[in-house]
Amino acid sequence: MTHETTAHHIVSYKKLVMVWLGLLSLTGLTVWVAHHNVGIGHVWGSLAIACIKSGLVIAFFMHMKYEGRLLRWFLLLALAIVAIFIGFTFFDVLYR
Amino acid sequence: MATVQPTPTSFWNDTGKTGITSWIFSTDHKRIGLLYFYSTFGFFLVGVLLGLLLRIELMAPGRTIMGPATYNATFTVHGVVMIFLFIIPGMPGAFGNLVMPIQIGARDVAFPRLNLFSWWLYAIGAVIVLTSLFTGGGPPDTGWTFYVPFSARTGTNVSLAVLGVFVIGFSSILTGINFVTTIHRLRAEGMTWGRLPLFVWSIYATAWVQVLATPILGITLVLIMAERILGAGLFDPGRGGDPVMYQHLFWIYSHPAVYIMILPAMGVISDVIPVFARKPIFGYKMIAFSSLAIAAAGSLVWGHHMYTSGMSDTAILVFSFLTFVVAIPSAIKVFNWVSTLYKGSISLEAPMLFALSFILLFSIGGLTGLILGAAATDIHVHDTHFVVGHFHYVMFGGAGFAFFSAMHYWLPKFYGRKYAEKPAVIAWAFMFTGFNILYFSMMVLGLKGMPRRYYDYLPEFAPLNLVSTIGSWILAVGLIIMLVNLFRGLFWGEPVGSNPWGGATLEWSIPTPPPTENFDQEPVVTHGPYDFTKAGVP
Ligand code: HEM
Ligand SMILES: [Cu+2]
Repeated sequence: MTHETTAHHIVSYKKLVMVWLGLLSLTGLTVWVAHHNVGIGHVWGSLAIACIKSGLVIAFFMHMKYEGRLLRWFLLLALAIVAIFIGFTFFDVLYR
Repeated sequence: MATVQPTPTSFWNDTGKTGITSWIFSTDHKRIGLLYFYSTFGFFLVGVLLGLLLRIELMAPGRTIMGPATYNATFTVHGVVMIFLFIIPGMPGAFGNLVMPIQIGARDVAFPRLNLFSWWLYAIGAVIVLTSLFTGGGPPDTGWTFYVPFSARTGTNVSLAVLGVFVIGFSSILTGINFVTTIHRLRAEGMTWGRLPLFVWSIYATAWVQVLATPILGITLVLIMAERILGAGLFDPGRGGDPVMYQHLFWIYSHPAVYIMILPAMGVISDVIPVFARKPIFGYKMIAFSSLAIAAAGSLVWGHHMYTSGMSDTAILVFSFLTFVVAIPSAIKVFNWVSTLYKGSISLEAPMLFALSFILLFSIGGLTGLILGAAATDIHVHDTHFVVGHFHYVMFGGAGFAFFSAMHYWLPKFYGRKYAEKPAVIAWAFMFTGFNILYFSMMVLGLKGMPRRYYDYLPEFAPLNLVSTIGSWILAVGLIIMLVNLFRGLFWGEPVGSNPWGGATLEWSIPTPPPTENFDQEPVVTHGPYDFTKAGVP
């Protein structure tokens, strides 16, 4: 059996703090969007910010940036499945 | 060196210890399998008691033994126990654990400690569910589906019950991850994908559903708690929420969950039928493939529970169509089983009787499912006793009877002793008869318009309800005979050899009861799972 050797990557404190600050400012942005009337941009803006935030968390805090290909595929698979599930509810929500 | 091979010690007395800790902290897949077996089967018996009480209440119109509030709590707890504590964890946890690693020629699952942790999560979740019955506002009364808005408002102890189910969900996910990895990585030499026993195929498909669908249940349950504890308003239209969205979320998990129940059951049947028909399975590839097809397509049909919820007509069309699509792989299996029987030399022993009745009862359940899958007919029978009859045919007549078949087929292997055949057949006859009297009457009552989840009904429904309740007693008598016979046999019955049924899969090639490491050396597989001639069994 072959073993994919993934060296244990250690993320520096500096980087982690930077990511954390980034997340905090994005949270601030979400609050700002919520308090200002930006029309439909309200929903899409918040969703976009949420996506960036979860991307940061997955990449750095959950180490996905440093993991092997197999795990990335699994992440993609899980995301695809969630997208399909959510997508199917739109057969309902969009046509009510 | 000519050393005498000592017979390897069986997993029952390998550690030399016999106390409870040698079980609840064991990482041996066989011990964990038996832990799951006893705990899930114990809850099955609890559920049966509650079901019998429900039937006694419905024996005659008006109040018989309980009022409406108690009835609501009783059917809720009956449903929660049967679904989340028995049938979902039961088949993968008990027989998946006991049999699957041996069938692929492995010493254990890929992550034995994770396996033990799964059982502990199950046990902890079960304790939390039980605690919810006696604390706070008392047992939940929402039905096992926890629909909002009622579940967000009722004063009963929904939060704790939901937390328990949440924890059990994690147990299911971890079992799924473990089994997928095991089947990918730990197959013995020569155990190609085309030689996997069909039970393994079905456990494999099930494991994927467990991994991918169960997180959605977790999220849904967390949202109920957010609603109850924080008043989030997610499902409250007055505050921009959407109550129908709850039903989507719930069924995105809970429909695939019925495949977690039925797929392993189908796997048992696919393994039992060739052995007792003395013929290789017909259409091996199609059965294996249809398990995957059911798992995939079955994940996209959840909307068929929601035709009357106010969901859009477009969605009804899409979900109705897809529901009919899943019927195809299920029918493929039924045809293949029947073709396997054709011209076989059938021996009607207990495992086979349960397997054959599975085919009939599951077919009735599946075909009535099409009546519910077509929106035009479902609108009329939605939330009636027709539905109650239908899902008992699938979950009890299907998954339950397959569980009994597996008990008679595989437990002797692990105990080294066997039940008596005649009482087993008598028990089966009682159960089969009682079952049909009990649930067929329910379906007829539903067609006549009797709604589900009420403790009372119109007088015109009285005669059939009495018949149904009598059926439940016949079924109960059968269950008792089966239990007494089976357990008396397992502990004090006649010893059995390594291959009492003449099976060709790997579990029958090792000593009975299996040694701790299953195989003294890694087996090399040279023939298919139903190749009786090459396996050297007559
Ligand atoms: C002796 C055995 C059983 C009896 C007598 C029985 C009887 C009943 C009755 C009378 C109801 C409620 C009808 C109503 O809506 O008013 C019910 C509901 C239900 N049963 Fe059973 N049952 C039995 C076994 C099982 C098994 C083995 C399963 C699953 C594996 C099961 C799953 C359920 C579920 C999920 C519900 C729905 C609960 C709800 O409405 O929330 N039952 N049963
Ligand atoms: Cu369904």
